[in-house]
Amino acid sequence: MSKVRPVLRYGVLLLITAIFVTPLVWMLLTSVKTYDAAQQVPPSWLPNPFSTYGYDQILNSTANPVLRWFLNSMLAATLHTLLVLVTASMAAYALARMRFRGRTVLFALIVGTLFLPPTSLIIPNFIIAERINWIDTLTVVIVPGAASAFGVFFLRQFFLSIPAELEEAAVLDGANQWQIFRQVLLPLSKPALATLAVLSFLTNWNDFLWPVYVLFSPERLTLPAGLGLLQGAYVTDYPVIMAGAMLASVPVLILFVFAQRHVIQGVSRSGLKG
Amino acid sequence: MADVIEAGAARDSAPPPAGPTRRRRATERGNRATPYLFLAPYLILFGVFGLAPILFGVWISLHQWDLQLPNRPFIGFDNYQDLFSSDSAIYGDWWSSVRATGIFTLFSVPLLVVVPLGLALLLNRSFPGRTFFRAAFFAPYVLGVAVIGLLWRFLLDANLGLVNRLLGAVGLPSDTPWVTDVPWAWVSLVGVTVWWTCGFNAVIYLAGLQDIPAELYEAAKVDGAGGWDRFRHVTIPGLRPVMLFVFTTTILASANVFGQAFLITQGAPGEQTRTVVWRIVDEGLRDYDAGRAAAMSVFFALMLAVVSIVNFRLFRYRED
Repeated sequence: MSKVRPVLRYGVLLLITAIFVTPLVWMLLTSVKTYDAAQQVPPSWLPNPFSTYGYDQILNSTANPVLRWFLNSMLAATLHTLLVLVTASMAAYALARMRFRGRTVLFALIVGTLFLPPTSLIIPNFIIAERINWIDTLTVVIVPGAASAFGVFFLRQFFLSIPAELEEAAVLDGANQWQIFRQVLLPLSKPALATLAVLSFLTNWNDFLWPVYVLFSPERLTLPAGLGLLQGAYVTDYPVIMAGAMLASVPVLILFVFAQRHVIQGVSRSGLKG
Repeated sequence: MADVIEAGAARDSAPPPAGPTRRRRATERGNRATPYLFLAPYLILFGVFGLAPILFGVWISLHQWDLQLPNRPFIGFDNYQDLFSSDSAIYGDWWSSVRATGIFTLFSVPLLVVVPLGLALLLNRSFPGRTFFRAAFFAPYVLGVAVIGLLWRFLLDANLGLVNRLLGAVGLPSDTPWVTDVPWAWVSLVGVTVWWTCGFNAVIYLAGLQDIPAELYEAAKVDGAGGWDRFRHVTIPGLRPVMLFVFTTTILASANVFGQAFLITQGAPGEQTRTVVWRIVDEGLRDYDAGRAAAMSVFFALMLAVVSIVNFRLFRYRED
């Protein structure tokens, strides 16, 4: 084959990569500029002088406790992920391996909600959350989202792909359902559980609409909801705003680098159900 | 836990017990309540925040439901009627938001079906660096809409933004009002969304492409089919179920657009880029008219359900 084609291919790929990555690099570079450097027209690429002005602003602001938002987000996303893993895996096990009255109807109901736009439930869910006094607490961004059907659907499909013989062997040894679930099925499902964990964490960490409307107190916000405030407070003070955006980006980008395989697999598998 | 896998695997090599009868015994073992106990934690969540809100939402929509008033009188379909009668207070705002979401969906969906397919085809063979490029294309999707919104509000800033600066550097107009005037605001919202999410669809396409048997391409080659013919007669038919999935989920995602408009154009100019979802939450949670907002939600969900059903019908039909 000719030598031109690979060169052309890499040229095209690098150009596309630049389109995807340059904005992210610009965010990083701006976050370490001074206010004046960021206001410069035309803007300069490199931060000169290098400055921690943006980060100083957000980390020392009492009106916008960004560090607190960061911790809130970390706590919420972690607890949400654990809640999804426990509830979805147990339910998926029952749906994949047990026979009981109403199984077909229940599964159809769960899958059916996958086709419902989640935003259409926001008003009733707000009122429900209000009745149980969850508005403006971290619980309200941890728990309701775990009702999502995706985890149950995803794990059920995975469990069905595991041959039942292993569990039957455990039954012969006198294991009960809980022991089979914990000691046979879950260890075999580590890749799927890791995928679901990463996807749940990303979803919760990035969630924007719900936190914006259910959290009010500055010290209770999650990072995405707080970033909206930051934009209002700093308007065109871009080093500060970009420093905030960096704080929200770095954890998930690190997670993506280390768990790329899981993210990609989770996404590809979600398409195969179609 | 590793011990159990090994133990299990070791036992697996023994002759497996005879199938169906054993399996039935295994599932019938234990208490009848067992399945429900396993389901209970999820079902509580699903019931309270997944199913109940569907019925509750319809119920609310039939009432004059002000979040701040104790009385919520039943008013039948009045909230729905308000959406359609031109003399109601919300008629203009509501249909302006439907128009905004419509424009956004109309332009973003075709791009989000086609561009990712191109990316997936570029990546659909093994070459050094493939994983890196796939990760780079996907990276923006890992970030939330809050980050994307703030970042692009800055990049598209008419004076300080990188976009106008780069355009100026190659001799194009460098003063385009990307976020404050139409049609530029639409170009921005659609462009940013394509940039943000096309890696996601590309990964789904890639999985679909890898499921097309290589023999089909070989056979087409033997029959003398060129690259374009193979694309039309092997790739596209092989991808049809995946395309249906991408098309349907992208319509749903685009119709639910909120954060981009909220943060990048902030509704500007005027309220022209205020979308349906934004209108619903503002009506319900900022203006406290939950009844009307619920009616909007129900109507909106039904519209999307119709669109999804039509999709499935069309694709099914063409498959026969």
